[in-house]
Amino acid sequence: MASRKGTAPAARPKERAPGAAPKPAPSNTPPATRPGAERARNIIGKPFRRVDGRAKATGQTKFADDLVFPRMAFLRLVRSTVPHAKIRRIDLDAARALPGVLGFLTGAEMPEPFGILPVSQDEHVLCPDKVRFVGDPVVAVAALTEDQAIAAALAVIVEYEPLATIASVEEAIATPEPRIHDYGDRGNLHKIVSMEFGDVEAGFAAADHVFEDLVFYEGNTHLPMEQHAAVAVPEDTDRITVYSSTQTPHYLHRALAKVLGLPAARIRVIATPNGGGFGGKSDPFNHEICAAKMALELGRPIKITLTREEVFYCHRGRHPVLMKLRTGFTKSGAMTAQHLQTALDGGAYGSYGVASTYYTGALQTVTYRLPRYRFDSVRAFTNKPPCGPKRGHGTPQPRFAFEVHLDKVAHALGIDPAELRLQNLVPANSVTANWLKVGSIGLGRCIEAVVAGSGWRERRGRLPRGRGLGLACGAYLCGAGLPIYWNHMPQSGVQIQLDRSGCVAVFCGETEIGQGSDSVVAACVAEILGVDLKDIRLCVADTDLTPVDLGSYSSRVTVMAGNAAVQAAERAREIVARGAAEELGVPASRLAFAEGRVFDVEDPARGLLFAAAVAAAESRTGTIGTTGSYIPPRSPGRYRGAGVGPSPAYSFSAAVIEVEVDEETGLCDVVHVWIAHDVGQCINPVLVMGQVEGSVYMGLGEACMEEQAFRRLPRARSNALVHKFPSLLEYKSPTFADMPPVTTYIIEDPDPNGPFGAKEVGQGPLLPIMPAVANAIFDAVGVRIDQVPIGPHMILHALAQQAKGKEARFGPKEFPEFDFGIPLAVRTPDEGGDGTASNQEEAKVRKGIGTMTERKEALKGGS
Amino acid sequence: MTTDMMTLVLSINGEDRAVVFPAHHTLLEVLREECGLTGTKHGCELGECGTCTVLVDGVPVLSCLELAAELEGRKIETVEGMQRGNELHPLQAAFADLGAAQCGYCTPGILMAAKALLAHNAKPSVDEIKAALAGNLCRCTGYHKIVQAVEWAAAIARGEGGYAPPREAFFGAAPPEDGAKGARDG
Repeated sequence: MASRKGTAPAARPKERAPGAAPKPAPSNTPPATRPGAERARNIIGKPFRRVDGRAKATGQTKFADDLVFPRMAFLRLVRSTVPHAKIRRIDLDAARALPGVLGFLTGAEMPEPFGILPVSQDEHVLCPDKVRFVGDPVVAVAALTEDQAIAAALAVIVEYEPLATIASVEEAIATPEPRIHDYGDRGNLHKIVSMEFGDVEAGFAAADHVFEDLVFYEGNTHLPMEQHAAVAVPEDTDRITVYSSTQTPHYLHRALAKVLGLPAARIRVIATPNGGGFGGKSDPFNHEICAAKMALELGRPIKITLTREEVFYCHRGRHPVLMKLRTGFTKSGAMTAQHLQTALDGGAYGSYGVASTYYTGALQTVTYRLPRYRFDSVRAFTNKPPCGPKRGHGTPQPRFAFEVHLDKVAHALGIDPAELRLQNLVPANSVTANWLKVGSIGLGRCIEAVVAGSGWRERRGRLPRGRGLGLACGAYLCGAGLPIYWNHMPQSGVQIQLDRSGCVAVFCGETEIGQGSDSVVAACVAEILGVDLKDIRLCVADTDLTPVDLGSYSSRVTVMAGNAAVQAAERAREIVARGAAEELGVPASRLAFAEGRVFDVEDPARGLLFAAAVAAAESRTGTIGTTGSYIPPRSPGRYRGAGVGPSPAYSFSAAVIEVEVDEETGLCDVVHVWIAHDVGQCINPVLVMGQVEGSVYMGLGEACMEEQAFRRLPRARSNALVHKFPSLLEYKSPTFADMPPVTTYIIEDPDPNGPFGAKEVGQGPLLPIMPAVANAIFDAVGVRIDQVPIGPHMILHALAQQAKGKEARFGPKEFPEFDFGIPLAVRTPDEGGDGTASNQEEAKVRKGIGTMTERKEALKGGS
Repeated sequence: MTTDMMTLVLSINGEDRAVVFPAHHTLLEVLREECGLTGTKHGCELGECGTCTVLVDGVPVLSCLELAAELEGRKIETVEGMQRGNELHPLQAAFADLGAAQCGYCTPGILMAAKALLAHNAKPSVDEIKAALAGNLCRCTGYHKIVQAVEWAAAIARGEGGYAPPREAFFGAAPPEDGAKGARDG
């Protein structure tokens, strides 16, 4: 490889050390139909340069803002300066008179609402009548240059009639009117969920001890280094191409068709490589649709690049969640039941919020055996930027609560926190109380690895005061089992085209956001066809050319696009093998594909170069093309809400973190992180390492400093809810100087549902980090911080309490009084349930359940 | 709004270029918009993230805070100038091979800051690497792969062709057999 010259690839480790790469379980054995399936793998499981590595290291990767087109003009959004108000007047006259101004758009021109979830079509490209948070877009202006667009935007006058603002879940519960939206379950409450799996009260009655905790998780944001950008290019009459830094080109495609009123076939969306996503580019956004509309109006390419401040307004980040957790335990440390209540501050729009609401409870059951489980949740609308999915989507908050809770329980019961977890592990191939099917589970090995690596058994509780060790675990999805809109079509598709050149063209809708999805798809195909990664030509994330893939969210790409790629490649291989078999006079079943050749396994000298084998097939069968697609297995849950939580597989992680706490200043220094992640099977270990280390980093940011916090200006100064930190300087995130040493253990417990046994790694390893820090602080100085981010003032407060002999704790004091209604009752698998709710009727008719369908009907009737 | 335009010859990656640009535009804007050198990225345009780092006379500067109008006769280097012919600079090769570039957006800025470091410190310690790069934010990597890549590239640049990052950098640590040993193997 010429480009690797000088970097000594030969010096790299060639083989995995014994113990690092267990043999795949029999369930992962490749299909017997695959010729030469027993041979060693050439690419999968070995470190290779990511396929986009060279472009990224040379600055040649084209991000959305790097694109330039002839006659391109620039768009700017005028955003609301008040948090909640009716729009009284828009005056464009002064702006219109400025040089270079080409045109304006207002809400009246795009009345069709949109949103990522079918049940929350509550956004408008530009607010038609009222604004709901500081940053809500009201007017779009296009001009010849970006400077002119900025000047014109500043000259637009918008008059507002302020409305009362809502800043928190508590305020939303107490303030049903005025409503931020005219839909939702009740007043300003977007979504209310209540479900019970098994008889939870009986579970508590059977417990020797019942423990209760209140925990708060502050919101935080993705902070991708790339500011969102989009370029819309009118290609022909009524036909348009939109390039955008989006993680979900397919959903953007749908939103564009809906709002623009164009057939989807006349819209082409190309997701440019994202300069970081983390969930922040998963919604269709105002600026993308505005750019398309303006480009169609003006008949010229339009670019919009958000400022960093605007990225904070787009948000869709981690929901602030207040949680109350109650768990029954036997003396020996087995769980009898759990009741979790969560209250989410959703911000001004729905976004993924309904899914986020369910996710604050759904994955609570997939780590430790929980025989009975009740989950209540409420998501409120508030006048702040909308919250949505950030790395871990709804799971980090309850996971933090659960793992801190378990640490307290372990201490109360006198059981080692690691042992408590190990003795409660969910068995492999089982179904949880809330009807999630868990396949492989390498969590026990993860715990053992970090316990051994950190010297946990010898050092925990024995370090000098100020030093401590904390342990926590987590589990995450490998792709959501259901698509965002209900359908029975593939969730990922891959198309392969082969020709006599030997080039393998791979088409897939997946979107590269830095996580390495291009490399995963390429590696799966190259492994099966036995070609070099350089012979793979990828075309991705282009709705005109590539089969649909739902996007880079929910850690779905490796499993879903990977499986689709495997299927397409196996079909291509079969066609080539038939041609080569005839050419060589060898049965196709005896052919192996490796090192760019197709050869007889019994006589390896007898073979063809891959290109010649393709030519042999092409001359016999004609033009060669294959497809592969992936639909996840159906989950056993049949109750309302069962769509959130199922996944083809779950990844597992465990971490031990060592901290040093300065009792004078309250500063907590993370000294070392040991983390183990069960990835099923590495496609590329060096990229797995990168995802694990990146997750640890982001988790430490959330644990120690990152917060998307707001303050209310005094009434005399508009009473506005404004960001405390809408800049990269004020929003604290860890730098090189803040990152502690990390010891990573990659655990491979192959899952039969993953390509080559692979599971996810992009999100799961973040989960144990925050609780492990909090638990380590307890080990260090004996105080409990039931809240993140953990600030020095919290530690000092808890230490002061400790000195006074009071409860040495910092955290929330109460959960709001709230009626969640009658829970949906679902019998567990242990109770002989069938996955359905026994009181569907009763629970469905409970007061206040509203849907967008009802809203549409109501609007029709009212107007 | 009238815009004063300005014409200058800028030395970029050893090539003199005549550039016409609005006088108030930053080096970042001129590089990306007038010169088409989009390898230099932006993350805030306020001097907060380090993404737009380029070298001026060998010193890392934030191109979003630098007026192009003031740079006549100065030596400007961007990521596009790192390769020699088609061959990657050792830093680029190490970044690509170690996954030190994930989304790749902060990468050009970090490469430039690292290049400046290696120019005056052929064998930087981990702490020296961290200090030199602490003004550059990266949200993907957790920074470890970047530090390891800079160490690797420094070794290659010193002619230590046999050096490679530790096995752990590629595969992770081997899980210890029992809790009695290896309290600190990272």
